[in-house]
Amino acid sequence: MAVVAQAVRSEWTKIRSVASTVWTLSLSVVLTVALGTLLSWLANHQFANMPARERLSFDPTNISFAGMTLGQLAMIVFGVLVVSNEYSTGMIRTSLAAVPQRATFLFSKIGVATGLALAVGMVTSFTAFFLGQAMLGSHRAHLGDTGVLRAVIGGGLYMTLIAMFSMGVAAMLRSPMLSMGILMPFFFLISNILGNVDATKKIGRFLPDQAGGHIMQVVPRAGDDVPYGPWGGLGIMGLWVVAALAGGYVLLKKRDAQ
Amino acid sequence: MIELEGLTKRYGDKTAVDDLTFTVRPGIVTGFLGPNGAGKSTTMRMILGLDHPTAGQVRIDGKRYQQLKDPLTYIGALLDAKAMHGGRSAFNHLLCLAQSNGIPRRRVGEVLDTVGLSAVARKKAKGFSLGMGQRLGIAGALLGDPRILMFDEPVNGLDPEGIHWIRTLMKSLAAQGRTVFVSSHLMSEMALTAEHLVVIGQGRLLADTSMADFIRANSRSYVRVRSPQRERLLDVLHGAGITVVETGTGALEVEGGKAEPIGELAAQNGVVLHELSIQQASLEEAFMQLTAESVEYHAHSDSPPVPQEWGAGWDKGA
Repeated sequence: MAVVAQAVRSEWTKIRSVASTVWTLSLSVVLTVALGTLLSWLANHQFANMPARERLSFDPTNISFAGMTLGQLAMIVFGVLVVSNEYSTGMIRTSLAAVPQRATFLFSKIGVATGLALAVGMVTSFTAFFLGQAMLGSHRAHLGDTGVLRAVIGGGLYMTLIAMFSMGVAAMLRSPMLSMGILMPFFFLISNILGNVDATKKIGRFLPDQAGGHIMQVVPRAGDDVPYGPWGGLGIMGLWVVAALAGGYVLLKKRDAQ
Repeated sequence: MIELEGLTKRYGDKTAVDDLTFTVRPGIVTGFLGPNGAGKSTTMRMILGLDHPTAGQVRIDGKRYQQLKDPLTYIGALLDAKAMHGGRSAFNHLLCLAQSNGIPRRRVGEVLDTVGLSAVARKKAKGFSLGMGQRLGIAGALLGDPRILMFDEPVNGLDPEGIHWIRTLMKSLAAQGRTVFVSSHLMSEMALTAEHLVVIGQGRLLADTSMADFIRANSRSYVRVRSPQRERLLDVLHGAGITVVETGTGALEVEGGKAEPIGELAAQNGVVLHELSIQQASLEEAFMQLTAESVEYHAHSDSPPVPQEWGAGWDKGA
């Protein structure tokens, strides 16, 4: 146990002593909050012009999280860099000579980064919610309304899981450019397309972000008939994360350190 | 003490390290010598548990690397000066290593002092010169005050002052009773620091011997003789049963280290000598001879490519 405690302390020193941690996480907060606030303000002003059908399914909680489409990209960069920096800098050889138990090394690193992502994710989610609702005027939701607190906490969990998934993928691929080159377009474009085109919808909604995103919805979208609830969706996302981390660990265990 | 037993590493059908068995003992500097690409770095990575051996094993003070509790307190290594995050300060780089092995924080300041980097402790490592990076890597190796130290080509790219510093450091570490294992591709470098030699070529063990024995066995000495009466001298030496090698420069070389009998013979026969000197073949030559067959990347300077007819290789699929 002492070994784990030492590795965690070491990883905390590592993560707080590089600039990329600060800029990726702050970019994630700023993008999510700013864009969510802006879109909430726009929604409030456009509400009268909306078709009745959209007005009925208007979800004030969800609209304040609209910035996460961009904010999650910064979370992906954070998750990828935390792991792949070890490889791109050659630090991995020094790190594994110091902590030869590879499971201890990897999961201490992921644990520390996850803790930080969770804290930042929760702050982001609550800030985006309160600022967004402040823009929505009479259309606003309250934290005490049914399902709202779940959605806000879920927003923080969603960002944490995105970061964890990225860490797992980076542990498998090692190269930061390759990891980001796959993850960013996937979450920004491909997943959205797969989840919204009729032909691929049935598969698309089991993708990590499509499934996990349901936790942030309070009012179900019209015509939305997913076979899982908000927590079920987050659970599916969790399974993706477990798979990515397991893959990362197996490859780290098997490979030579370089 | 580092013990290697049948250590082997294959990448596909290419064998990088081939059945290495030797022991690195405490109290002396052991040189690990081999041409570039001989498998020195791969061997060192396997000693640290970074690369998985295809066969064989390594023991550090009798234990496998993975079994060492706080390994940096047993063995400290400098593999390459770039094995660190350039965006992290020298202090934080060493601090995260110290914390991972339960080494007290004050050691970070101590080793920075030892390697002379205290003034730049808070500077990012990416701004460091190669020499400074090398020093920071050595600080990391010394951090846990380990009984075993391992350096991979530590003098590469260093200025004379840095090279002198590393030589002195390695000798003093060995004098303290520590095990010091240092690789190089330069025999001359090893001759200055190492007391024991392990030589490999193409992954195979070529020699495991003390430096003194290596020098005795490999430093050929001969007598060089020059005379204006070359033919006469040759006759005299042949008559006395001495084997002579004629060199292209006009001088004669006599195997064996004795100049006196040749001088006396010349005097008795009235032959004028312009030179009579004892020559030592350099250790570098001895090393090159030892590894000649195993050098992987031959320059092929002695065998120019045979000119072929234009397109001759096509039907052979070359």
